[in-house]
Amino acid sequence: MKLGFYPGCSLEGSSREYNESVMAVAAGAGIELEPVPDWNCCGATAAHNMNRELGLSLPARILAKAEAAGMKEIVVPCAACYSRLKVTRHELLEDEELRRRISAIIEYDLRCEPEIINVLQFLDSRVMPAIEGRIKSPFDRRVACYYGCLLVRPHKILKFDRLEDPRSMDEIIRRIGGDPIDWAFKTECCGAGLSVSKTELVGRLSGRILEDARIRGAEAVIVACPMCHSNLDLRRGAIEKAMNRKYDMPAIFITQAVGLAMGIDPAKLGLNRHMVPVKFRERPAGKVPAGPESPAAAGEV
Amino acid sequence: MSRIGVFICHCGENIGATVDCEKVAAAAAKIPGVVHSVDYKYMCSDPGQNMIKEAIREKNLTGVVVGACSPRMHEPTFRRACEEAGLNPFLCEMANIREHCSWVHEKGDPTTEKAIDLVRVIVEKVRRNKPLVPIKVPVTKTALVLGGGIAGIQAALDIANAGHKVIMVERSPSIGGHMSQLSETFPTLDCSQCILTPRMVEVARHANITLHTYSEIESIEGFIGNFKVKIRKKARSIDMKACTGCGLCSQKCPTRKIPSEFDAGLGTRPAIYVPFPQAVPNKPVIDRLNCTYYLKGKCRLCEKVCPTQAIRFDQEDEIVEADIGAVVLATGFEIKHGDFFPEYGFGKFKDVIDGMQFERLASASGPTLGEIRRPSDGKKPETVVFIACAGSRDPAKGIEYCSKICCMYTAKHAMLYRHKVHGGNAYIFYMDIRAGGKMYEEFVRRAIEEDGVKYVRGRVSRVYEREGKLIVQGADTLLGAQPVEIEADMVVLATAAVANDGAEELAQKMHVSYDAHKFFAEAHPKLKPVETNTAGIFLAGACQAPKDIPESVAQASGAASKVGALFSQDELTREPVIAVVNRSAPPLYSTCVGCFLCQAACPYQAIEREEIRTRDGKLIKTVAKVNPGLCQGCGTCVAVCRTKAIDLQGFSNEQVFAEVMALLDRSEPDAGI
Repeated sequence: MKLGFYPGCSLEGSSREYNESVMAVAAGAGIELEPVPDWNCCGATAAHNMNRELGLSLPARILAKAEAAGMKEIVVPCAACYSRLKVTRHELLEDEELRRRISAIIEYDLRCEPEIINVLQFLDSRVMPAIEGRIKSPFDRRVACYYGCLLVRPHKILKFDRLEDPRSMDEIIRRIGGDPIDWAFKTECCGAGLSVSKTELVGRLSGRILEDARIRGAEAVIVACPMCHSNLDLRRGAIEKAMNRKYDMPAIFITQAVGLAMGIDPAKLGLNRHMVPVKFRERPAGKVPAGPESPAAAGEV
Repeated sequence: MSRIGVFICHCGENIGATVDCEKVAAAAAKIPGVVHSVDYKYMCSDPGQNMIKEAIREKNLTGVVVGACSPRMHEPTFRRACEEAGLNPFLCEMANIREHCSWVHEKGDPTTEKAIDLVRVIVEKVRRNKPLVPIKVPVTKTALVLGGGIAGIQAALDIANAGHKVIMVERSPSIGGHMSQLSETFPTLDCSQCILTPRMVEVARHANITLHTYSEIESIEGFIGNFKVKIRKKARSIDMKACTGCGLCSQKCPTRKIPSEFDAGLGTRPAIYVPFPQAVPNKPVIDRLNCTYYLKGKCRLCEKVCPTQAIRFDQEDEIVEADIGAVVLATGFEIKHGDFFPEYGFGKFKDVIDGMQFERLASASGPTLGEIRRPSDGKKPETVVFIACAGSRDPAKGIEYCSKICCMYTAKHAMLYRHKVHGGNAYIFYMDIRAGGKMYEEFVRRAIEEDGVKYVRGRVSRVYEREGKLIVQGADTLLGAQPVEIEADMVVLATAAVANDGAEELAQKMHVSYDAHKFFAEAHPKLKPVETNTAGIFLAGACQAPKDIPESVAQASGAASKVGALFSQDELTREPVIAVVNRSAPPLYSTCVGCFLCQAACPYQAIEREEIRTRDGKLIKTVAKVNPGLCQGCGTCVAVCRTKAIDLQGFSNEQVFAEVMALLDRSEPDAGI
């Protein structure tokens, strides 16, 4: 099976481990991911805030390259890239006049044929069926599935999962032997792009997310977006300052969790690249803690 | 030879300023067959009408054409004038030279010419008009009231007190509806059951009202004044005559943990139950889906304890047929619940409840006997957050409309909570406060000023549980969208009022139209608020749109007075513009060949089969026949008839073709006479 693949900038830079784990998981499931030839930046988040046509043209060119290469589906792991590609495709399909104008700009008569697939859809529909029954070391951890904003919003366009209480990632975690907690911060804002300009605010927003996950006894936060990951991982200092508390809970990508369950070498999944070391507490194999820990336990300074 | 009179109206400036009316009248005078043609400033005025009457008498007119406004406005006026002068009213027609001409064109010759054309066309039609006689249909003076809530109760009592028979059908085991579940009512805080139950009793006792509870409409057919309805009386498993309502069966029933519908799921009831103590009728019903005997074949404890042997396990549904003349739909509404608010944790957290559940908590007949105790652990909540517009006015949730009752009942809830839990904190998150109604605004002010309810203007984004508290996360938009977080013990959602379950199916059964939200549609939003598009079917209460009690009662009385007006006559008069299948002399009898394509095409089920037989009863042929009571004169059957055996009275094929030909012959005004 061969699928189109759009990595985007994060997966080549700050989130190399996301790329590595997507590739490792795909290979393990016998799926070949073929990068969109000569791909460019999707424009997020600067382009569509500056100029509508630029904001649409950049993703449109990516779609055009994939379409010209005969790709029917493109896997897009980054949530922001996914959102931009999906929104662009939707807007062009809704408005013929706009489609013609953007086609003229990118010098390609775009028909918007390739479907855009996010990482959860990719895992659910392609990877899981291929590895079902081949789970080598069940990912038997109590985790908080954190979706962030862009995977499910705007719901009208994406039509993916449930807007206020998504469940698809929890389902994948369950299928690899994990125990997703029921919590309220699945789609709360992590602070996103304010990471650089208002780090202190990101510390507060991401801190609330980690705090709720901690109270409910999560051992890790599972993410599917490079931006969320960077805020929950790279900005751990700002978080700890804002919350006045130490957190040793790692934030890992969903593909890394699936890769661990498939028995892939942690180094190949890039687990060594995180700022917060990925270490799970030792315990007898196959046993998941029964409930949330008392607030006074682990993690307090 | 026709003798047609043409009367051109200036309608003040409406027509006169754009169309040269004198010229139109002069041109009309030259149309063959026209013997009289005049113009006048206001044809609809008394002098104008007199001009028509005098001309009919003096010139012995055989037809009248009034070139004026739309026939929707003044056709009845002019037809009545003709009738008074001795001319069959259906020989009078209007040429619409206002809406179709003067209002939509500039002043000028082409506009005047178009007006002349329009008049000419109608002259050609009137030349071929035939005198028609209005159709009379009898009226069955019995009304069907569907739904036994406050709207249905009011409508039934008003109709019954006017001396007419009423059949009331209610699908649940007791009448009373949502109002019987309420604690107190705004804006006076009088006890809901205290004002409702006397009316429920009156319905049960009224000599003119036949009550069918635990029943639904199976089918309805017929037309205004002459409906035939089949009512399915669901098996109650009780002999209503033998049962004394002693309640022993309910006390002894071993299956006790069924969530009570009346208590909105907060209390429980047995499998054989009376929904609430004041139920009418006060006779139990066996819930067969939960009864041990029906599930496992054993138990029959109720049968053993019943002192009058009233239990009937083998009872079957019964179909009751009735003839009725009018219907009042009063099927009510429900509030949105279920998996609709994942962000508020409704259904996940026990202490996030909806407005109806709060009513039951506050009600003296409720599961806590009127004490405000939260469902999870029975503690008195110290802080309660009320969220208005939960779902309503929220396009993202698919409900754009305002549910109308929530602002008032939320103010009432907060007030009742403050009265019952002294020192408790009541917060209301709101978008706007819509308190339009007598004493309503004062009521809300009272909640704020006297009862200390804290109103926070803003929406709640999320409710989640942390360490035994419900964290309500929202914004205060009056403080510049400041984030607000409240630790609450209980959250009450004023969830959207939506159409009742099964409303769409019922509307289709009744042939009434409904809107995108499945609320039944009135015939006109302003001038016909209780009528539906189907003659003889009226609306009352929240089945049409969310309404509070006073409004539901007012509309119910309105619907009842419409029914009363209908029942005040022994026969109904209908316009004779209906389709007719031709009949001719033997041996043909009719050009209808009996293919019945018309029957399939008719949207009103108005085509019947008629067998033509010889005197000794031998079948000659089966032909179509139009039921004059059902036919709405749409003409669909005329279009599909292969042998042109059907024609529409007043709009015959001959007339319509003559109108078209008149337009085509414009260049040669003398042709085709």
